[in-house]
Amino acid sequence: MRLPYVAGVRLLPGRLVLTAYALILAFPLLWMIVSSFKPTLEVYGQPWSLPSTWRFDNYSKAWEMGVSQYFVNSLFVTAITTAAVLAVAALAAYSLVRLRNWAARLTMLIVMGALVISPQVSIVPLYDLLGRFGLLDTYTAMILPYVAYRLPMAILLIRAVFLEVPRELEEASRLDGCGSLRTFLNVYWPVSAGVLATAAILTIYYTWNEFLFALIFVDSDNLRTIPAGLMAFRDALATDWGVLLAGLTIAAVPVVVVFLLGQRFLIAGITAGSVKG
Amino acid sequence: MRSAGERVLDYLFLLPALIFLGVFILYPLAANVGFSFSEFTLGSAEKTFVGLDNYRQLVADPIVWTALTNNVLYALVSVLFQVFIAHILAATVLVVLPSRLAVAARSFFFLPVLLSMTVVAILFTFIFDASDGLLNGLLQAVGLGQLAHPWLGDTTTAIFAVISVSQWQSIGYTMLLFIVSMQNIPTELYEAAALDGAKLLRQYVSITLPQTREMIFVVMVLTVSGAFTVFAEPYILTGGGPGNASQVLATYMYRVGFFQNEMGYASALATLIFVITLVLSVAQATLFRTGKE
Repeated sequence: MRLPYVAGVRLLPGRLVLTAYALILAFPLLWMIVSSFKPTLEVYGQPWSLPSTWRFDNYSKAWEMGVSQYFVNSLFVTAITTAAVLAVAALAAYSLVRLRNWAARLTMLIVMGALVISPQVSIVPLYDLLGRFGLLDTYTAMILPYVAYRLPMAILLIRAVFLEVPRELEEASRLDGCGSLRTFLNVYWPVSAGVLATAAILTIYYTWNEFLFALIFVDSDNLRTIPAGLMAFRDALATDWGVLLAGLTIAAVPVVVVFLLGQRFLIAGITAGSVKG
Repeated sequence: MRSAGERVLDYLFLLPALIFLGVFILYPLAANVGFSFSEFTLGSAEKTFVGLDNYRQLVADPIVWTALTNNVLYALVSVLFQVFIAHILAATVLVVLPSRLAVAARSFFFLPVLLSMTVVAILFTFIFDASDGLLNGLLQAVGLGQLAHPWLGDTTTAIFAVISVSQWQSIGYTMLLFIVSMQNIPTELYEAAALDGAKLLRQYVSITLPQTREMIFVVMVLTVSGAFTVFAEPYILTGGGPGNASQVLATYMYRVGFFQNEMGYASALATLIFVITLVLSVAQATLFRTGKE
């Protein structure tokens, strides 16, 4: 990491500010984790101390009370959405690079436009549309709009990488008698691992945390993903705070793990597209 | 050299993406404008054309003005924290931390961004709780007990409590963007400035700020449009209450559409949100371009 170099700067004040900020961030998270092992009375009763007995069964209770189902639903919806986004976006990006004509320009225009439209605007017509297809209250009701709203970001990222592929490589592949699909698999696919991982992580992050569609398009508790499910979980638990906090922690951990594993790609993607979920 | 079949294939590859974008993004946008001129409920297929009635209702609706005011507050506070303060914090990380630690700090500050807003918002209901909340406990512990307050239950503080949760979560995101863009500034610029005797503040103002102006612009657009479309935080923390004190446009739209079952009016509110975000994006883009020349 390159640092703007200044001689004789007093480092302490800046470090104190950053430490204070780090504490403000860390404290609620640490409190959540520690309190998730407490019996209910201690959560509010002794909020500043460690649990008198560590209640590991808060976790098994949270898991059994529905969080496991939400977890599985989130995994399923996230996996399908991510696979679909990558497949559809990679094909589109490939065509955009090869066509370079009016169709490509028109598609780019639509993609750029779609990038700035926020989902809040479409909620009523989408509800209406999904209802007419009989899709409300299904996994599909979440997956289809998720795919659509992640596509612009994925197409732009992947297209940018495909544009860098030398045309000679493609022509060589063609001379070898490879068709469109083979050229795609032989020439473009191998160079796209990094950008696909970036698009995948951005999609996973968005899908795992999406709240509005999950809340409105799905009613059945057994179909809910974690963000919408936690709301029902909170209402059902009423005052079983330890279990609730255990549920929150379970919901938070996978994303943090995926982030730590795929940080590099996520940071590349965020800065390339500057796209927020 | 390409066969006709090959060329057809190229167009076919575009089709799935165009169908998704057309059916789930462009069509709803257009349909929403149409819906906003009619009156209908969730279950029924009947839509009655009512012309501009929904928009007349919108202008006269005091809750719309409360919500709009709250969105503006949201935008102002978010720009202060997520643009200005985050920019300064990002520069601070790069100046005062050795590079190993700076990388670790960058990741650590990003952690809250990764958490689902549901997790964050439910967690903060514990912190803001009126009687036993952590914040009030902390205030009492340091002898500021008279400041203890039902943060989410009071009409004057509810919206600010909600806004603060968004800042807690999002500063790490914009900070990361700033840090990455600051790392792309050539070190020679700073070295030359240092030789000329420029002090830290002077270097920040005359090098760091102008060199990251593009990212500042991007972050500004993201933050402002985020502030006008915010939903999850107020919905989970206060439900727009007490009364309608912390209502924002998106939560009000949700209530009008899915609780009061006035879908036409909800569509008009959605159109309002769309127009506001569009105008702000265009305005910011124009300002940015004129500023550049």
